Amino acid sequence: MATKILTEHINVPGIETFDVYRKQGGYTAVEKALKTMTPEAIVEEVKKSGVRGRGGAGFPMGMKWSFLAKPEGVPRYLVCNADESEPGTFKDHYLMKTIPHLLIEGMIISSFALGANKSFIYVRGELMYVIHILEKAIAEAKAKGFLGKNILGTGYDLELVVQPGGGAYICGEETALLESLEGKRGNPRNKPPFPAVKGLYQCPTVVNNVESIATTSWIVNNGGDAYAAIGIGRSTGTKLISASGHINKPGVYEIELGVPVEDFIFADEWCGGIRPGHKFKALVAGGSSVPILPANLALTLANGDKRLMSYESLSDGGFATGTMLGSGGFIVFDETSCIVRNTWNFSRFYHHESCGQCSPCREGTGWMEKVLHRIEYGHGHQQDIDLLVDVSKKIEGNTICPLGDAAAWPVASAIRHFRDEFQWHIDHPAEATQPGAVYRGDMALV
Amino acid sequence: MEDVKPQLLKVTIDGIEVEVEPGTTILQAARKIGPEVAPPAMCYYQPLKGSGGKCRACLVRVAAGSAKDPRPMPKLVASCLTAVQDGMVVENTTNPQVVDARNGIVEFLLLNHPLDCPVCDQAGECDLQNFAFDHGKVTTRYEEDRRTFEKHDLGPYVQLHMTRCILCYRCVFTADQITNKRVHGVLGRGDAAEIGTYIEKAIDNDFSGNVIDVCPVGALTDKTYRFKSRVWFSKPVDAHRDCPTCSGKVTLWERGEEVIRVTARKNEWNEVTEFICNTCRFEKKKTSDWVIEGPTKISRSSVISANKYRGDTIKPSFGQRLAAAEYKPIHDERDTSQLQIQQLPPERFAKVLPSALDPEP
Ligand SMILES: Cc1cc2nc3c(=O)[nH]c(=O)nc-3n(C[C@H](O)[C@H](O)[C@H](O)COP(=O)(O)O)c2cc1C
Ligand code: SF4
Ligand code: SF4
Ligand code: FES
Repeated sequence: MATKILTEHINVPGIETFDVYRKQGGYTAVEKALKTMTPEAIVEEVKKSGVRGRGGAGFPMGMKWSFLAKPEGVPRYLVCNADESEPGTFKDHYLMKTIPHLLIEGMIISSFALGANKSFIYVRGELMYVIHILEKAIAEAKAKGFLGKNILGTGYDLELVVQPGGGAYICGEETALLESLEGKRGNPRNKPPFPAVKGLYQCPTVVNNVESIATTSWIVNNGGDAYAAIGIGRSTGTKLISASGHINKPGVYEIELGVPVEDFIFADEWCGGIRPGHKFKALVAGGSSVPILPANLALTLANGDKRLMSYESLSDGGFATGTMLGSGGFIVFDETSCIVRNTWNFSRFYHHESCGQCSPCREGTGWMEKVLHRIEYGHGHQQDIDLLVDVSKKIEGNTICPLGDAAAWPVASAIRHFRDEFQWHIDHPAEATQPGAVYRGDMALV
Repeated sequence: MEDVKPQLLKVTIDGIEVEVEPGTTILQAARKIGPEVAPPAMCYYQPLKGSGGKCRACLVRVAAGSAKDPRPMPKLVASCLTAVQDGMVVENTTNPQVVDARNGIVEFLLLNHPLDCPVCDQAGECDLQNFAFDHGKVTTRYEEDRRTFEKHDLGPYVQLHMTRCILCYRCVFTADQITNKRVHGVLGRGDAAEIGTYIEKAIDNDFSGNVIDVCPVGALTDKTYRFKSRVWFSKPVDAHRDCPTCSGKVTLWERGEEVIRVTARKNEWNEVTEFICNTCRFEKKKTSDWVIEGPTKISRSSVISANKYRGDTIKPSFGQRLAAAEYKPIHDERDTSQLQIQQLPPERFAKVLPSALDPEP
């Protein structure tokens, strides 16, 4: 049985309540951290664990924590990024609604380690019922002395605030999130300065994903080395994967990093294979913004080795033959999926969600969407394919925040790997616009 | 105590070295060298705190971060926001990737900005026009519908035509920082974003007219002046008056003896040097209201110089020769084989070319 760090107790009835959670060993890490450890010692353990940010970029969490500026007389903040709006990603939502105290426990430990006395959980505004669950859990923890003034008599104070988000995907980008939290329009900030120096209210701030913060209780209880022993290489620990699409068992799975992609899709323990009678065509491994891969490249590296569920293995080969682990939004497509239609759909999302601050993203995302729309609906021209590649290149890397890249990668990668499908749409407008029309040329199915 | 001079930082931009004070941005350092290497800026506006970073017109490549850490920066950076480090090497017009990115930015900005310079009030003073002239293409690859807007009525003085707005946020920063009450801002998201007042409302306070001067395109215009004249038919004159509200230092735009427009004075980067109040701008349009200082200094290459008010203006012959040197056949997909187009024989180009780029005719 694989190690479970976050979901071990998730099926225990009543785990959303303080008492049941406590009975399962909950909040012991808070006691250990606050009573027996210094903040520096906790940061040290998190560094040793090698855990990387689970929000998408995969930046080592301990290192991010150690960058936090500590000027005299200035408050510091911890902000939990629970915005989770990337299509295909729904693991934080699941964690918060089923086992809210795990996040709260992590927030207390992390806030203590960072010297924050007021911390925020910024939850996607659409998840109002999750916000109520979190608020209830916070009230319980406070009543038991784990939050508020002088926690467990240790002299440490922490106030935890749940803030509903603005209902915009861009508010998940950490600096846009901070702007939104300050009550402003959710426009990403130019960096530097980074939040570690000037974050919320211009004070040093750490922004971490829900899953990242939730790992800290286990790390405190078991030590950073034990965490680092799980996983593979620099991809330590476990990862929540939200699996969806044409698989038999969609859902949220906690895996040890390093599981082969093939096993993850086909083993009964996880996705349970492609739905009956169909074949595996393409994979989006880490949320809609990461490059899409055709089945053969999704399962094997360019050198023929099996591709693994890890940061390094998924990105092997760069964008030519690889992709990214991202936030773990694992979307599987079978041969009934039209890549053009899917790309247009992703593009529609990024067009809708661009904040509109910088010109390449504001204008470029709309342009790509409209051209894709035309191709999908049988009005494409031959030059459109190269046009899309060029426009995506002109956006990528030239914007204020990574949303520009997130919009460019799905388009560029779909054309890179499935160019013949775009071509087919252009060459056969009448057929391509039939309901459910899919190109059935030389697809590499598995 | 000795006066410690701040240590100057050396930065090389397009092969030209310049020394600047710590905290200077790449854009400012480049402007110190001169217009040849100064990156274009659509959203940055020095007098406005927090401006810049949005249009991405000023992207440059940092080929070496500093003397201490000479590694190149992985991505192009916004020169208006990136501070210079000692020993930094910057590539601006010398880098094909930068030029390519800028060509892209122009294309993006022009997707939803109409090329209606012939009927736009800003023609001749438009930053986007200049930017497009330097980096634009003759044709567009955009064939989708463009966004258009109804005109917004912002009260007696300022006219907003959103169709031309490029969302540089300059007017928002101006209203935030110069006036005591901001009633307009950015509504909506992405390419549906627009400058607006939410409920149509007059922009009304002593300094509101300054949003007109900062707008790089013709989205915000002066209702007391718009369509009265083309800018190159008027003569700019520096003048001042004793004003209880602002410095009273302005530029009067005269046609004959008549003052047809009053604006704040701008520097060579087209940035206001001192913001002026609405009384000076909108209500003092008699020459007798002002103490005249003399003709405004205008760059020789500006279209405003094309009128006859100055001795050292561009001679038409130079303009013709420049046009001949830069001559490119206009891309036209129609079948032109039937048309009788007389091409200049190549020898005639050769004669024009060598000296054409020499500014002195
Ligand atoms: C457009 C955009 C949306 C994002 N949305 C989220 C999100 O919903 N949740 C999240 O944790 N990180 C999101 N991120 C990443 C955050 O900016 C940030 O890197 C992350 O919260 C850091 O947490 P971590 O270090 O724990 O991964 C987003 C980034 C971008 C560019
Ligand atoms: S890249 Fe897009 S979302 Fe990000 S700041 Fe620019 S316009 Fe906004
Ligand atoms: S109205 Fe003018 S100044 Fe204001 S954002 Fe638009 S282009 Fe910029
Ligand atoms: S001028 Fe630097 S990004 Fe606009």
